[in-house]
Amino acid sequence: MSNTKKNTTIAYATLPKTPTGIAGLDEITEGGLPTGRPTLICGQAGCGKTLMSVEFIVRGAMKFNEPGVFVAFEEKSDELAMNVASLGFDLKKLQEDKKIRIDHVHIDRSEIEETGEYDLEGLFIRLGYAIDSIGAKRVVLDTLENLFSGLNNQAVLRAEIRRLFHWLKEKGVTAIITGERGEGNALTRQGLEEYVSDCVILLDHRVINQISTRRLRIIKYRGTVHGTNEYPFLIDEEGISVLPVTSLKLAKQVSTERVPTGIPALDEMLGGKGFYKGGSTLVSGTAGTGKTSIAAYFANETCNRGHRCVYFAMEESPNQIIRNMRSIGVDMQQHVDSGLLLFNASRPNMYGLEMHLVAIHKLIKKFKPQVVVMDPITNFINIGSVSEVKNMLVRLIDFLQDEQISVMFTALSLNTIVNEQTDEGVSSLVDTWLLVRDIEFNGERNRGLYVMKARGMKHSNQVREFVISDEGLNLIDVYLGPEGVLTGSARKQQMLQEQTGAAIQAHSIGRKDREIARKRKVLEAKIASLNSEYESVEEELNKVYLEDELKKQILETNREEITNIRRGGLTPSKTTGGK
Amino acid sequence: MANIEKDFTDYEGNTEASAYVLRLFITGASPNSIRAVENLNILCEKYLRSNYELKIVDIHQQPELAQGEDIIALPLLIKKAPGTERRMIGDMSDTNKVLKGLGLPEIS
Repeated sequence: MSNTKKNTTIAYATLPKTPTGIAGLDEITEGGLPTGRPTLICGQAGCGKTLMSVEFIVRGAMKFNEPGVFVAFEEKSDELAMNVASLGFDLKKLQEDKKIRIDHVHIDRSEIEETGEYDLEGLFIRLGYAIDSIGAKRVVLDTLENLFSGLNNQAVLRAEIRRLFHWLKEKGVTAIITGERGEGNALTRQGLEEYVSDCVILLDHRVINQISTRRLRIIKYRGTVHGTNEYPFLIDEEGISVLPVTSLKLAKQVSTERVPTGIPALDEMLGGKGFYKGGSTLVSGTAGTGKTSIAAYFANETCNRGHRCVYFAMEESPNQIIRNMRSIGVDMQQHVDSGLLLFNASRPNMYGLEMHLVAIHKLIKKFKPQVVVMDPITNFINIGSVSEVKNMLVRLIDFLQDEQISVMFTALSLNTIVNEQTDEGVSSLVDTWLLVRDIEFNGERNRGLYVMKARGMKHSNQVREFVISDEGLNLIDVYLGPEGVLTGSARKQQMLQEQTGAAIQAHSIGRKDREIARKRKVLEAKIASLNSEYESVEEELNKVYLEDELKKQILETNREEITNIRRGGLTPSKTTGGK
Repeated sequence: MANIEKDFTDYEGNTEASAYVLRLFITGASPNSIRAVENLNILCEKYLRSNYELKIVDIHQQPELAQGEDIIALPLLIKKAPGTERRMIGDMSDTNKVLKGLGLPEIS
């Protein structure tokens, strides 16, 4: 009994949360903002505070049927409506439908004379009326600190703001208060964070290497677990999307299903079936070794099987890739036309690493591919350090694995780098690592393909020569001879030599065979004559022997008959007959 | 410009050119409100004589007015006429500030 009681109390103890409807934010906060409590969103100018709070109100009204009041201390209602119209939010319509209510509070110090004691009861009544008139569950105060520029009496303001937060809690509305980032380390100019004790979210907008990234961090969220990292977020035509990029667990679904690579000989090297579904593959190699071709083959094969594929091209334009692949007999255009293949070409320098990740996320969520190709990841190094790039790729791989999407990266490895490690350091992260290497020998360069690793599957330890021809890609066993590994024309030469040798050998073998046959014939003839000789001798001997026997028999019979005659009896046959 | 023109027509239409149109917004019977009403009554009688029209609005009773009049701090006195609109907040205990807001000469 006591146990059940305990359980119920624990169940009730969890903090109720109000989903924001902002992509990703609800995942970081594990459900949303604390219901019935105020949340502070702070950050510098232009970091997206207002937009985030507008989205909170609009999504609440549209998705969760929770009306909201937006109190704008900065922008007029029309301005606000215009600013968010580009995101597809129709504030006017929502206002007409009594889903939201926008209240512009205008305070101008020059128009107001302070003549003694006052309080902010007017704001309370106004807000209370707005909340009650549409039955609001959500309230945004953007930016409350403007009060401080309009009114002088700090003591009154502080006391009233404290009272306001209590009052909001009593009203049971989920509120967002925005505040501008203060000097130094202060979160807000007027120290609002000391009044809002439940949830504080910090937005940031940083420029590193001339590339700007917006980031979000939950500084505190009382009474619940939440992600503590800085999460990049993106503002685009669909509003805000936050990326909960660092997953905390390594507990993913795995599949034993295989995905063919499109090159049968490569499948053969990977235990005959190809990659694992949801696995990650790295194709690395020096320049011009055919990494893109392998990637394109994989993409093409995916589409041939009727699956969807996104091809992130970081270096070449889609048309260029399609043209180039046509030269080796791969028609990617048909898949683009049928909508199975989606090219997304962008230079890595376009935006920061995190933004790339967000953009990739969004696209993948939208297109829902089974296979993703990124060609190449090397250029990311231009916009971040090795560890940052690695970090980003870890998160990307995590995400793709979660979604059970197979991914193939290509990476350029430089000859100067020791140990064939790719410069992104992802080779340890991926499940399968194919290395395409130049084999320079005999005045020519040939490509050799190795399977460096393939987690959880039997794979060939052999080097294959990787041949790109008009017919496409193929893998050929390299020649391993006394002179080492031979590829290209050296391999062909060696093969021809071997063929010649074989012919000569075959010829000499034939001659010897014939000689043997002749000898055998001679010997056989000899054997036959000896045999007949033996037979005649044997017959002679037999004849003597038989004659002797015959003689002996006849003598015997004769003697018996003579004996009978002497007795005067009849022949023995008659005697026995008488008895 | 618009404001000036509007005021100008108000001015023309009003025979008693100097009549003060005042609105005092209060919240029920809060101490600040009571003080404001008392102070303002005394002040008006003393400096405006009968040349004024004062309307006292309890915003608790008519909360829908709060947004229209852009009310935040209370008590609030709005001088609608004459001249430009002026807003005074507080319990009206600072007579000089109120006079300044009404556009009257301050007393020393």
